[in-house]
Amino acid sequence: MALPAQKQTATEALLSSLHLPEAGCTRAAREAALARLREMGVPGRRDEYWKYTRPDSLITPDAPRAATFEAGEPMMFDAVDRLKIVFVDGVFDPEASDPLELEGVQIERIEDICCKDIHWAKDLYGVLEARGHTPVPRPLAALNTAFAADGVAIHVTGTPSKPISLIYQHASETSDAILHHVIRVESGAVVTVLENGPAASRFNKCMEIDIADGGTLHHVRAQGRDHERRAVTHMFTRLGEGSVYKSFTLTVNGVLTRNEQVVELTGDDAVAHVAGACVGDGDFLHDDTVFITHDAVGCESRQVFKKVLRNGATGVFQGKILVKPGAQKTDGYQISQSLLLDDDSQFLAKPELEIYADDVACSHGSTSGAIDETALFYLRSRGVPLKEATDLLTLAFLAEAVDEVEDKSLAEDIVSRLEGWLARRS
Amino acid sequence: MLEIKNLHVKLEEEDKQILKGVDLTVEAGKVHAIMGPNGSGKSTLSYVLSGRDGYEVTEGSAQLEGVDLLEMEPEERAAAGLFLAFQYPVEIPGVGNMTFLRTALNAQRKARGEEELSAADFLKEVRAKAKTLKIDADMLKRPVNVGFSGGEKKRNEILQMAMLEPKMCILDETDSGLDVDAMKLVAEGVNALRDAGRGFLVITHYQRLLDHIKPDVVHIMADGRIIKTGGPELALEVENNGYADILAEVN
Repeated sequence: MALPAQKQTATEALLSSLHLPEAGCTRAAREAALARLREMGVPGRRDEYWKYTRPDSLITPDAPRAATFEAGEPMMFDAVDRLKIVFVDGVFDPEASDPLELEGVQIERIEDICCKDIHWAKDLYGVLEARGHTPVPRPLAALNTAFAADGVAIHVTGTPSKPISLIYQHASETSDAILHHVIRVESGAVVTVLENGPAASRFNKCMEIDIADGGTLHHVRAQGRDHERRAVTHMFTRLGEGSVYKSFTLTVNGVLTRNEQVVELTGDDAVAHVAGACVGDGDFLHDDTVFITHDAVGCESRQVFKKVLRNGATGVFQGKILVKPGAQKTDGYQISQSLLLDDDSQFLAKPELEIYADDVACSHGSTSGAIDETALFYLRSRGVPLKEATDLLTLAFLAEAVDEVEDKSLAEDIVSRLEGWLARRS
Repeated sequence: MLEIKNLHVKLEEEDKQILKGVDLTVEAGKVHAIMGPNGSGKSTLSYVLSGRDGYEVTEGSAQLEGVDLLEMEPEERAAAGLFLAFQYPVEIPGVGNMTFLRTALNAQRKARGEEELSAADFLKEVRAKAKTLKIDADMLKRPVNVGFSGGEKKRNEILQMAMLEPKMCILDETDSGLDVDAMKLVAEGVNALRDAGRGFLVITHYQRLLDHIKPDVVHIMADGRIIKTGGPELALEVENNGYADILAEVN
């Protein structure tokens, strides 16, 4: 079917400024992704999936200018012993990175594997992304697959002794970065992947994760505090039998952040937890769009999203659990909640369940509200000042999401960041 | 210690007068009890004194050691030495009981210009005090009042009182929802805090709490006023004859 004229014009305008990279083994995947993109067209304001979040600034040919951000404090995860992989404005920086060597894992740049005719990553690059458009198109992910200029392929065959840390740095006010990472976790392997840092003026990141039977991947990500961030990220994850995927994202401020998670539970007894804690102040929009498909027996999925919003900030949640026929004994849970610290902020939520199996337990809830006045008075009556009491209750509200982070020292780091955010606001 | 004069209070939203001229003085070292039928204004008095929103003082005053309470924020009243043990202690998911206690204690100390208690000293003190109230380590770790039984919640209130060491303690129906053993435990906790420098105002429906916490003075409250004041024998009279006789006598 032909695209509406407006969409076609916008798509071609965006494509005119891009060119497919030289690419050996990913060339075919990139060309296919470009064809998908042309068929879908870039997202528009009239698309149901972009009803709450205006995609305009994500699809202009040039990235909107964005000031670089100096936090003036240690970066997240600085205290963690980890293997650092640094990208500046979306380009790998070998000087700032650690040598890409760690027992139990092979790490290569996408650029390097492109020269090889045969590579495991060839069976993953663009593959999960291509599967992720049904029933909802995700054109910005196809755009990413086609044009990503850099990224890493991580092959986890054992249990690396420390986390693999992807660090993004923003140096140019006009940078438009597209990164694509692929991760294959082999049977029984266990790995933790960290991501943090302001990446570019505009950032489009795609990560495809394939977890074999009995493999485990923990993902902890921090986005913020760069106020002018515009980012769209996609994580496509496929889980084999008895495998585990746990992802947590902390998001602080930013003009527009859209995080999509597409998870397919394809092996029996797999577990997928996707969580996020987000705090926004002022001209801020944060969108979590999650799609979890149960396509095997006895799998468990959890979605836990908490957003604290003030001064006109907007939070969006679109979360879906799809239970396919035959996916019996599914245990699905979804909660999305916002704490509105004033009357100007808003939370837009669209929780969905679609179930085609009859022996499943799925629950979902979505709430939006102010600070609990009774609890506030109780704290104050014990001598806790209003601001401190409000902060304490705000952190308590976020706790259910932060609790999803299994590593306690990482969780503490996250809580201290949230405390910092609260402390900076009077 | 606590001096309430001609206190008139109405509900902000309903324009309904609840307290219609309460006069009450609690001296340091004394335990005063307030009894009275439902709807007489006992709980309202405790909320107004501790600074809860939703009430408007239309006349009168309330002072703690000569300082006007009614102008202060709830946290300032707490730092000044006022404590209310809630009839219905509030559950706060996500806030650990220990964090809550320590934050409260240090906030009060800070407000009074005192040094904050170190983590180690705090821990030592809270464990010792929890033990006498039979509050186990698990209860201290759990979120504030979440999943606590009625008795555990009330014991937790007394633990907070013991840690915060207020000058003036108001107990709002602390006996409600308690079995006999739990009531004894709570009463022992309160009695352990009785000393010459501390005043108590115990609000209750029943004489039985006053068997365990012996009051010096008993007030009967009805229709927003203290209508009769006497010794402990007044509580016994209520227990035996109900409020009808006293109400008839006053009218």
